Amino acid sequence: MNPARPAINRLFRFQWEPAQQAHVLLYPEGMVKLNQSAGEILKRCDGARTVSQIVADLEAAFNASGLAPEVEAFLEMADAQNWITWNTD
Amino acid sequence: MDTLLVPPDAMQRRPGPLWLLAEVTYRCPLHCAFCYNPVDFAQAGPELSTDDWLKVIREARALGAAQFGISGGEPLLRDDIEILVREARGLGFYTNLITSGVGLTEARLAALKDAGLDHIQLSFQDATREANDLITNTRTFDLKRKVAAMTKAAGYPTVINCVLHRTNIDHLDRIIEMAVEIGAEYLELANTQYHGWAFLNREALMPTAAQLAEAEAVTERWKARLGKKMRILFVTPDYQSKKPKKCMNGWGEVFLSVTPDGLALPCHTARMLPGLEFPNVRDHGIDWIWHDSPLFNRFRGTAWLPETCQSCEDKDKDHGGCRCQAFMLTGDPSATDPVCPKSPDHGLIDAALAEAEKPGTVHPLVFRDPKNSTRLARPF
Repeated sequence: MNPARPAINRLFRFQWEPAQQAHVLLYPEGMVKLNQSAGEILKRCDGARTVSQIVADLEAAFNASGLAPEVEAFLEMADAQNWITWNTD
Repeated sequence: MDTLLVPPDAMQRRPGPLWLLAEVTYRCPLHCAFCYNPVDFAQAGPELSTDDWLKVIREARALGAAQFGISGGEPLLRDDIEILVREARGLGFYTNLITSGVGLTEARLAALKDAGLDHIQLSFQDATREANDLITNTRTFDLKRKVAAMTKAAGYPTVINCVLHRTNIDHLDRIIEMAVEIGAEYLELANTQYHGWAFLNREALMPTAAQLAEAEAVTERWKARLGKKMRILFVTPDYQSKKPKKCMNGWGEVFLSVTPDGLALPCHTARMLPGLEFPNVRDHGIDWIWHDSPLFNRFRGTAWLPETCQSCEDKDKDHGGCRCQAFMLTGDPSATDPVCPKSPDHGLIDAALAEAEKPGTVHPLVFRDPKNSTRLARPF
């Protein structure tokens, strides 16, 4: 189990954007428009929840199971994009 | 059903702007010879009031704009940018102050942070005091370093922009090293685009091909060393890359700039273009300006493109390049951007590049200040 807790990188701001009807990541002079699953995952990256807590939370919210691989793959990509940082303390 | 309440034409409307750039003033304590501001800025009309700007901010946000940049000139010379930031941030804009740092005191920074400012982009002109102060024609170097430390202490990521040109590009190694020392998260190395004052000073600012190649190599070395610790973006110059750029991601597609005196523009240098009527935000709403004004529709899409571009497979990628560059070099704002090798005017670019390779020629810099601006605006 990974005790690290993902948080949105302070270089980005995450918010719901009515004109896009989507969650977005805003950063200087740019915007990433997120699909629904990406938005739901990042919404839970608050620096307090671990990855397994996020997975459990999503499975409960969407009445689904086996979401771990999808969530982990997304977080790996988000990390590579610098969208998230990891709280470890 | 909710959707039935939406009038059919509204459903087919193009998206609104994503990015509002407020150039709140042409006044500036620096006199950079590479400034993209119009050479005749001293002729501009009176600056917009706070209320004018608040109206622009609200209307642009209502159309879906999400980025709010405050630039100039030096925006800190206005005492109301805290008010503008507070309004923009409250409406959901990502707010970005683009500043030389001159005028950013502890008190001002605290007020901006309290207003919700998201981000500060600080411009550096060079890594050594002598070179920084030479190109800006001021003594500001120590102040800039102090401001960088201050914004970092206030919790802002340190994002530095440095414009590269013939007289500082050989110091690039030191410039990057300095950015690392300051603890910058992001460094943008923007090669000079030859607009405004930079066009006027083109011969003095254009690096040689060898200088540019070395700069790219230096950048690559640092990138490999720093990884994610500090991101470096090296913006290649149009002239050397020979690739026309889709100006502002397409004319009237995402970007809306408003000048200090209220002109709404599809790109921050468009007011130099002849034969166009620039709508003023004092007279028109942003909705009309964006969707319906002749200006924003003039170079929208690709239907207006000249023949050279119409038959080109890249036309959707580059929309014929930069309108201002086309105008400055050929006199025709609807020409193919001469940086494109397919342009019938591409020889002008080769000539400018060849000029840069000539040894021993010294071109004096014309500094961006009101006196020079007034002088240059005179026809005789």
